[in-house]
Amino acid sequence: MLQIDSRQFVQEHGLLACIQCGKCTGGCPMAIKTRLNPRSLIYRLLISGNGFDLEGREELWDCTTCATCFSRCPKLVNPMEAVIALRGAFVEKGRVHPNVKTALESTFRHGNPLTMPREDRAAWVGDMVVKSIEQGAEYLYYVGCTPSYDPRVQGVTRAIVSLLQGSGLDFGILGAQENCCGSEVRRLGELGLFEMMVEENQETLKSLGVTRMFTTSPHCFNAFKNDYPKNGFQVQHYTQVMAGLLETRSLSFSKPFEKSVTYHDPCYLGKHNGVFDEPRKVLKGIPGLTLVEMDRSREKSLCCEGGGGRMWLEGTNPGTRLAQMRVKEALETGAQVLATACPFCLLTLEEAVKHLNAEGQMRVMDIAEIALQAL
Amino acid sequence: MVFTPRVGVYICHCGINIAATVDVAAVAKFAVGLPGVVVARHYTYMCSDPGQVLIKNDIAELNLNRVVVASCSPLMHEPTFRATVADAGLNPYCYEMANIREQCSWVHPGGPNTTLKAMQLVASAVAKATHLEPLEVRQVPVTPAALVIGGGFAGLQASLDIAEAGFQVTLVERSSQLGGHAAQLYRTFPTLESVVDLLNPVICQVKEHPRIAAMTEAEVIEVGGYVGNFKVKVRRGEEVAELLVGAILVATGYEVFDARRKPELGYGVYPQVITTLDFERLAAEGIQVNGRQPKRVVFIQCVGSRDQSLGNPYCSRVCCMVTAKQARLVRQTLPESEVSVFYIDVRAFGKNFEEFYDLTREEGVIYRRGNPSEIIKRGERVVVRAEDTLLGEPVEVEADLVVLAVGMTPRADTGAVAGLLKLARSADGFFLEAHPKLRPVDTAMAGLFLAGCCQGPKDISETISQARAAASAALIPLMRGQVPVEAATSYVDEELCAGCGQCAQMCAFSALALHPLRGVMTVNPVLCQGCGACAAACPSGAINVHHFTFEQFIAQIDALVDGEFLPMPVSISEDVIVKV
Repeated sequence: MLQIDSRQFVQEHGLLACIQCGKCTGGCPMAIKTRLNPRSLIYRLLISGNGFDLEGREELWDCTTCATCFSRCPKLVNPMEAVIALRGAFVEKGRVHPNVKTALESTFRHGNPLTMPREDRAAWVGDMVVKSIEQGAEYLYYVGCTPSYDPRVQGVTRAIVSLLQGSGLDFGILGAQENCCGSEVRRLGELGLFEMMVEENQETLKSLGVTRMFTTSPHCFNAFKNDYPKNGFQVQHYTQVMAGLLETRSLSFSKPFEKSVTYHDPCYLGKHNGVFDEPRKVLKGIPGLTLVEMDRSREKSLCCEGGGGRMWLEGTNPGTRLAQMRVKEALETGAQVLATACPFCLLTLEEAVKHLNAEGQMRVMDIAEIALQAL
Repeated sequence: MVFTPRVGVYICHCGINIAATVDVAAVAKFAVGLPGVVVARHYTYMCSDPGQVLIKNDIAELNLNRVVVASCSPLMHEPTFRATVADAGLNPYCYEMANIREQCSWVHPGGPNTTLKAMQLVASAVAKATHLEPLEVRQVPVTPAALVIGGGFAGLQASLDIAEAGFQVTLVERSSQLGGHAAQLYRTFPTLESVVDLLNPVICQVKEHPRIAAMTEAEVIEVGGYVGNFKVKVRRGEEVAELLVGAILVATGYEVFDARRKPELGYGVYPQVITTLDFERLAAEGIQVNGRQPKRVVFIQCVGSRDQSLGNPYCSRVCCMVTAKQARLVRQTLPESEVSVFYIDVRAFGKNFEEFYDLTREEGVIYRRGNPSEIIKRGERVVVRAEDTLLGEPVEVEADLVVLAVGMTPRADTGAVAGLLKLARSADGFFLEAHPKLRPVDTAMAGLFLAGCCQGPKDISETISQARAAASAALIPLMRGQVPVEAATSYVDEELCAGCGQCAQMCAFSALALHPLRGVMTVNPVLCQGCGACAAACPSGAINVHHFTFEQFIAQIDALVDGEFLPMPVSISEDVIVKV
């Protein structure tokens, strides 16, 4: 028994607005391969009277929080937030997957969900010279956990730094002071820990006088933009900063990148925040590059299955991976490069290319990496 | 001679609507003790004939000069009782109403407090009644002509009706052709008649009618005046014509929802995805996609309707039947085709609609519950991705043709037209009628009427019904030849007015103007609707509204707040005793 007060839940989440049209489930990328059915879940909550038993609802952990459900909903219901809240009921009882437990504990102890030591957070800097935000700067570059520690994504981080230093943008980093933004913690349903992190991070940003910042990951971007209380600081994704620099000609590309590229819209940049054009603007600004679109692009972009804490969870049906479906769609365009602008997408798509033995045909790159080659 | 009020007070039981919760006898007993009151009675139905006779007899026998009825809302029966007192020789403005039903018996439980509140309302009304002044109800002549804005089905039918009744009609249509959206339709539901066959005779009659001047490529650019005498400017090319009309009928129609606002459905991207409006032309020309007859056709309902994310929360009311009609046309034209309809709810509410829906399914159209989430491409076909909610399973349906049942939206220029005509809009953006049930074709502006989809989504038969209703309503002032002008209008105390013009800025009816010589504001009593916005805005208290003067208001308020005769309840408790 894992009982919740469904009457209160239905009220809090505005589920009475639901007309059971099924747009959420019809578009849900996980509904095809798992038991996750947002429409039916809402229906069950609506008819359950006072109590609803979550026992056995493992599919709640399948949700990638890709935003398709609520972006399609004609009644402004947000099934994704309902799923996150229901996960919270599991978390409260400590009934979570060991991986999730480790990630949450690591975030609490080390400020990152990757069980990496806090003091190594700025190790990616290596021999580069990067200003500390303590010296004062116009922008804070909030690097993020995966871009700080993951050896593959560190390359993206270094590329962003090289590009922006070249453009003359005045920015600094937090270094070892940087703490996880809490995005994944929140999506795994650990709201208490998330609130604690929000407080800590806000304190840090406030004490350093940060007013403008940008992030590597769309997930951190979204957390600061939408999950943190509105507090006067402006947050952008790095592709937005670059698009702006291209416009003012502070950034320009001289070397041609003679390849056809297709762009995968990360959920947390596109569907969640409507940032569709800026990443494309950067790609289109690169000489020699041909941008070809997949059929499912922009609002219809297929999730890579890396969000909503799914980097720590296989899900109930690990057999068919969305990332592999996505890579197949990318291959159909004939593009040589599958570009993205999200650390999670980069890792999942790259793994899918390996699984499909398509390394000879397609390379997965972050927009920053492509841009650096054209500098 | 000093005026001595002689007030009669009549407490209505409204059957048991009031009498079950309010002690009507106690209220009557209380009312007799109020200053100026000569008589107070209570009766089952004051609005009934015997009830009205009570009032009339008292006026004659007791020489009453003011009357108060404590019953329902003035919206309900103020006209009734004004007529009653007028019949007995009193000025109709010597009547005042206390609403002890909507504002008392219907909203409170029975008990002494409810009766006390009824007494307070009566005391307040009596206080005002003793300050009432007789007002003159004037009549102004009506110009025997009408303006109809919009040449769609609604505007055409309304023009014909008004012209047939003997009045001159100017029909102004912005586009180059008459017929509106109906001219783009192929067949009707639920009879599958040709729309052209229905519409063309009406257009011809309008064009040939000796009393209708139909102006196409013309636009109303200015509207002034008031009911009976509107001054209208119509621009056509370079020319501007000035018209004088007695009534205006607004039939400006709607716009079809722009399906590109749902990018996940691929309208404008995939040639296989069309709208129900596109389908009408396709049905007339032969149903083909990319030069081939489609084998599988999918219809999607509620595109742009019932959608709060787009700000269109309403149901467009026609799409269910349009889809059923078009699905049948596909089955009839292409018997080999597979046709399915994705729906949320099938709303077949009209006469013969449910039967039409039954026939549609009998002809092999498959209905699946669920509204598709997205359309993607697969080879030559498109794939509709949805959940069949009755199966509880996500489904993918490959299709050669997808028809989006697009809803109706207010025209993009609705705001501009509303400004021009001073029309109000409802939350859905369409023009607002004066009352959803009792005055469905009237507007808050006297002499202005609504017909067709500018007021909300409708099918052809409803459009025609409303057009004919609006024409009848417009004919009332036209046929009577004169209109009464509200006497409860504002007036300016020229001694106090500084001519600052703040009142004119507040006035929604352009009723106030600066007198060019005297330098003070003047009220056009025909334009003034008596709303009082000017009186509230005036910084020097120079404006009052007849029948709602500051003196009358203060008397009402005084009766409520410091009437010695009446305690205000301090708490809801059983021991509050009415002291008479």
